[in-house]
Amino acid sequence: MAGIVRFENVGLRYGTGAETLSDVSFNLAAGSFTFLSGPSGAGKTSLLKLLYLAQRPSRGLIRLFGEDIVTLPRSRLPAFRRRIGVVFQDFRLVPYLSAYDNVALPLRVAGIEERELDTPVREMLEWVGLAGRSNARPATLSGGEQQRVAIARAVIGRPDILVADEPTGNVDSEMAGRLLYLFDALNKLGTTIVVATHDVHLLSRVPHSQLMRLDRGRVSDPTGALRHPPGVPQGGA
Amino acid sequence: MMLVWRSPSPRHGNMLPVNRLSGPMPWVIAIMMFLVVLTAAAGLGLGQASAHLRGGLAGRITIQIVEADPFERGRQLHAALKELRRLAGVTRASRVEPAKLQALLEPWLGTGLDSRDIPMPEMIDVDLTPEARARLDSLAEVVRAAAPSARIDQHAQWLAPLDQLLALLKWLALALVILMATATAFTVVLAARAALDNHRETIAVMHLLGATDGQIARLFQRKIALDSLFGGMIGFVVAGVIVLLLGRRLNNLGSELVGAISLPAGGWLLLILLPLLGTALAVATARLTILGTLGRIL
Repeated sequence: MAGIVRFENVGLRYGTGAETLSDVSFNLAAGSFTFLSGPSGAGKTSLLKLLYLAQRPSRGLIRLFGEDIVTLPRSRLPAFRRRIGVVFQDFRLVPYLSAYDNVALPLRVAGIEERELDTPVREMLEWVGLAGRSNARPATLSGGEQQRVAIARAVIGRPDILVADEPTGNVDSEMAGRLLYLFDALNKLGTTIVVATHDVHLLSRVPHSQLMRLDRGRVSDPTGALRHPPGVPQGGA
Repeated sequence: MMLVWRSPSPRHGNMLPVNRLSGPMPWVIAIMMFLVVLTAAAGLGLGQASAHLRGGLAGRITIQIVEADPFERGRQLHAALKELRRLAGVTRASRVEPAKLQALLEPWLGTGLDSRDIPMPEMIDVDLTPEARARLDSLAEVVRAAAPSARIDQHAQWLAPLDQLLALLKWLALALVILMATATAFTVVLAARAALDNHRETIAVMHLLGATDGQIARLFQRKIALDSLFGGMIGFVVAGVIVLLLGRRLNNLGSELVGAISLPAGGWLLLILLPLLGTALAVATARLTILGTLGRIL
């Protein structure tokens, strides 16, 4: 599989503080499913921010879709961002928009005509089991429902990469299983998935996934190789 | 109740709540536009009065024939009139009728004035072309040759300070309009920054979804355009009513000079353009502010 994400000796520092990420190097193949694990404060969210282009690194090289995004002009970032779906830890739904409008947002941003977005938005809401809640505002949705709206919003544009930050952190085990099922289905359609989690048990639910551990801002395997969960053959299912 | 304005454009509709009339900005713009329209109308009116002075009153002279002997006075009057009507550049030369003179003097001398009791001068109103105005000395010589008792009263001479004052007031009005437009632009800058701050989280999400700065700026521009247009039209309508009422009052005064303070042809068109220009200024200012602020975010 061709590489879609490449980090080389990436460091990230906020302001003048210590480095949050240091010498992070790894490659992700297109269509891979990666869990990013590590204790709180290990730098998982910071790494994801670099991945979904919310931050630029302080040093090092990042290549996405074959392009160096460290030196990429700011004006070209939107086009790259449209290829990346993000499920934020706190969902970050737009509070005054309905579930329908939140899900439709990426398509509207991409300039899709109104008459062309209704079908995919309704299908996506149905896919996440929220067809009957399309007019509901985020404040009236439960945590799990908000999460599914956030996932629907992240995937409706058929992104090449889906990044999810602790997507199972606020939901029960059953909901976590359903979310992973959604991610797996999307992964089978060709989307590269990166899920940050501190729950290593999730790995067993996606047999073909790989694990990358972060510890104190460094990939714990200094060679940069990605480890696979125990009991799962190398190369995935 | 929050009014949510839905954009007719599918590309940008439903992305941000656009709450029209929800903040003070439309009312600030209404007040500013009210002042701008009043000031602009005053400037235009003064400009018109100044032009009237220069074109009409300033091109006029009054010739007085101050002669005690009524017979000689009459002779000089006719001789002067005859000469004046012969001269090139004199568009009108007419005797001020004694009745009109009596009416002019009535406030001081009372009614029933008899010229045999108090000899009154003969007066001739003369309108000159600008060219003739330039060679007034030679005209005066011709008149004095025909009527040695003639005294020439140049309106331009005593109107000059007034004309200068009107010109000064006109420029002052223009300066005030520019100042108020600048103040409005700064208000829009503050409003745009506040709007960006209020929607910071949504803007961050939209950026991460791939929205361009231009797309985000357009959302705010719509709100600011609506607020500005609404406020501008209210300010214009209120100021317009006041301008109309003042215009009537000035006309009713019956003074040629004060009555000359009126809007020139196309004045109303210019005034109605002000809210539209104000809206364009607000939108351009908002766009520049928003793009400048967004440009500092990744």
